[in-house]
Amino acid sequence: MTLLEVKDLKQHFTINKGFLGKKTTVKAVDGVSFSVNEGETLGIVGESGCGKSSLGRSILRLIEPTSGEIKYKGKNITDLKGKDLKDLRKEMQIVFQDPFASLNPRNTVRDILEAPLIIHGVGNRKQRLEMIENLIGKIGLRKEQLSNFPHEFSGGQRQRIGIARALTLNPKLIIADEPVSALDVSVQSQVLNLMSSLQEEFGLSYVFISHDLSVVQHISDRVAVMYLGKIVELAEVDELYSNPQHPYTKALLSAVPVPDPKQKRDRIILQGDLPSPVNQPTGCTFHTRCPMATAECKTIVPELREKSFGHWTACIHV
Amino acid sequence: MVRRIFSSPLTLIGFILVFILLFLAAFAPLIATYNPLEVNFSNKLQPPSSAHIFGTDEVGRDIFSRIVYGSRISLKVGLLVVVISFPVGTMLGAIAGYFGGLVDQIIMRLTDIFLSFPGIILAMSIAAALGPSIENVLLALAVVWWPWYTRIVRSSVLSIKNAEFIESSRALGAHPFRILFKDILPNSIAPASIQASLDLGFVILAAAGLSFIGLGAQPPSPEWGAMLSSSREILREAWWAATFPGLAILFTVLGFNLLGDGLRDVLDPKQR
Repeated sequence: MTLLEVKDLKQHFTINKGFLGKKTTVKAVDGVSFSVNEGETLGIVGESGCGKSSLGRSILRLIEPTSGEIKYKGKNITDLKGKDLKDLRKEMQIVFQDPFASLNPRNTVRDILEAPLIIHGVGNRKQRLEMIENLIGKIGLRKEQLSNFPHEFSGGQRQRIGIARALTLNPKLIIADEPVSALDVSVQSQVLNLMSSLQEEFGLSYVFISHDLSVVQHISDRVAVMYLGKIVELAEVDELYSNPQHPYTKALLSAVPVPDPKQKRDRIILQGDLPSPVNQPTGCTFHTRCPMATAECKTIVPELREKSFGHWTACIHV
Repeated sequence: MVRRIFSSPLTLIGFILVFILLFLAAFAPLIATYNPLEVNFSNKLQPPSSAHIFGTDEVGRDIFSRIVYGSRISLKVGLLVVVISFPVGTMLGAIAGYFGGLVDQIIMRLTDIFLSFPGIILAMSIAAALGPSIENVLLALAVVWWPWYTRIVRSSVLSIKNAEFIESSRALGAHPFRILFKDILPNSIAPASIQASLDLGFVILAAAGLSFIGLGAQPPSPEWGAMLSSSREILREAWWAATFPGLAILFTVLGFNLLGDGLRDVLDPKQR
């Protein structure tokens, strides 16, 4: 069953340049559509600055979307306000990238985990403590550590506390914004495995945002590739990694290191830098760096089309 | 923490000076050798001696005892002004920084107006309008003092308001005021509280200044500024009558400054 449905979501930011300067618009997210099923993990990959994080925050209504529609369990949540919005917060939560910035340094772990319960008026003091103690066991910390402050923990432990905080209200959907990018590789797998087991236990759906292709491959059921605020390819994880269609996806996948020195590799090296999202190229935004680009690409904006069952690509040459 | 505060000799001196002031104020009746208000014309303008270690003034009052009692007045003014203006300034700064937009504009332009006057001039006019008394000086200084805290708190709020832990509280559905009090204020109040400890000295100095020009404590109150003022005319015959209240002000301001500087060094590692 579809849990989350995003239709033509746009997130534009207006910047004032100087006192008399012109206003310019940054199109961080520019017409993105996808859906997330119950119990599923949707991976979203892309370079820095392609709008992945803005997309996550926009879905959570942490920033107000410019246009488009977000449906949760079939209900339009794009314009929710007040109490309805607060109730929605119980359903979807976020895990942040930086485990050092995402926990209030002056609060104990107990304060941090109890806050969501207090905000939503769940239980009394004793019941809340029980819930927290139960939760902290699930993320592999001890009860005695509840009175410790964030700086007394390692990066991995902090990230697990961040995950526990997101779970206190029993949400259905977790937006994970680069949850392991700031961690050591050995700790990464620990946190990823924790996320997988929690997903099974609580029936969670994840929107897993990352720039790390192998991490996304490991955890996702389906993967969306973003470039300059648009989804360029969306498919089942195995299909996408074994049979990439869009030239950008091909280039990204060819850059993943393979731990075998003998294997011959055909790397596709993209020319130039990511264009500024302020001055986006015309037509297909990728044409400035695309090895397959033709004259048409400068004028025609490619639609995201279903090429084979469940495999969507936005390229006129595929 | 305590050891780090006292690792600097200057901070230790500051602490000792402030401690002496607190001690004098707390035990004034036991320390003072005479009644500070007791007039004795047969004994006027005595130089420092074993009977009157700081001498006597133009109506024969013991200057040492007056200084000891005066510490109570100075400390009261310093503490109350900071206690009134600090929370007001802090709250306004936090609200301006966190909510931004029009609220920010209104609050910050208001502080600009207050800061564009020299504080002591504004305090003078307020104290003069309300009538000279130490309570009105206190009120006038509190009105003048809050914008400094507003400025400081606003800038530290701006630096943390986009931190991920704030965003997380928003994602959890926390009310803006909960975020303000639980997340933002505890993490942005340190610089302003250091300023407050430095300000205790400056407030005492300003209050003494207002009393000196006759807008504050009125005779026969043993306020240090008022004592300086009344000893002005007899400076040539009796140097002690002006010197000792002046030194009392000097050491008090110096003490709070050294202590405040020490606190800043300890609480803000970036300044070292």
